[in-house]
Amino acid sequence: MSDHAASALAHQFEDLDQQHEAASFGMWIFLATEVMFFGGLFAGYTIYRNLYQPGFAAGSHMLNVTIGAINTAVLIGSSLTMALAVRAAQTGKRNALVTFLILTILLGLAFILIKLTLEWRHDYVEGLAPGLNFTFAGAHAKSVELFFFFYFTMTGVHAAHMVVGVGILSYLLVQAWRGKYGPDRFNMVEGTGLYWHFVDIVWIFLFPLLYLIGGRY
Amino acid sequence: MSAHVVPQKLYFIIFAALLAMTALTTGMAYVDLGKWNTVVALVIACCKATLVVLFFMHWKWSTHLVRVVIVSALLWLAILISLTCTDFFSRHWTPVPQGWGETSLGNPPAPPANALPR
Repeated sequence: MSDHAASALAHQFEDLDQQHEAASFGMWIFLATEVMFFGGLFAGYTIYRNLYQPGFAAGSHMLNVTIGAINTAVLIGSSLTMALAVRAAQTGKRNALVTFLILTILLGLAFILIKLTLEWRHDYVEGLAPGLNFTFAGAHAKSVELFFFFYFTMTGVHAAHMVVGVGILSYLLVQAWRGKYGPDRFNMVEGTGLYWHFVDIVWIFLFPLLYLIGGRY
Repeated sequence: MSAHVVPQKLYFIIFAALLAMTALTTGMAYVDLGKWNTVVALVIACCKATLVVLFFMHWKWSTHLVRVVIVSALLWLAILISLTCTDFFSRHWTPVPQGWGETSLGNPPAPPANALPR
């Protein structure tokens, strides 16, 4: 074992394999709590969508499917660059790691910017923001309002997770720039990758549930 | 050394599959399948999530300990949603017997005029 490997190993672990497994295990335990966190929102959504189906469909039809689909593609792209970043860390390719981390951050920021400027702002101006500016008075207005409560809460909490993710990625970028990661020391990059992919999965479910209710035909 | 390095090509294949399924789920929303639209959308979303977990999140190269955590997270999510649904969607199956609406604090208050319809 080289000196570098020895210093990468925290003293409480037998070897790097055990350290790696502990890191993955801990991250997945955290993600299990995140599943419960978003699960509450998804359960509430399921109940109210079934109770007030017409209003939820009407609210969903006011969202822009094209922007939603483009944003899904942006987020999947950021998951690809994140996976490639983890791979670059595992293989000790510093320049590739820095490049892929920057790409992931840029794609993450693109997602948030599209959401903020093209969707939330638009919804607010249109009078679809409950509690701030809700002026929609068509059919099923009350349950449309309920739909937009769920819409803003779920996309808002999701975007907050992305902001946190971009923050962690920025820290990783600085450390990667300094050459801190390599084949023996990539658990933090991999753990951040798990978090980032989890946030991607949440969006994979939010997109059809919020944008595609009741079909578009 | 301590973890499997996945071939780069595989990540790009998964990426392409995820993009294709995004296009498919968006396209299917414009086809009238009645109630099946929701089912199709959820099945495609589950397939996408499975691909992300299997390959991007390294399920395929994970230890059994990590897999147990993933499965139990999904199991608890299923309990959360299914038990909540069995409660909500079975409430009207049996009528409230005469007099049971009253509590020691008196009758339950009437819903406000602007309440959502039930």
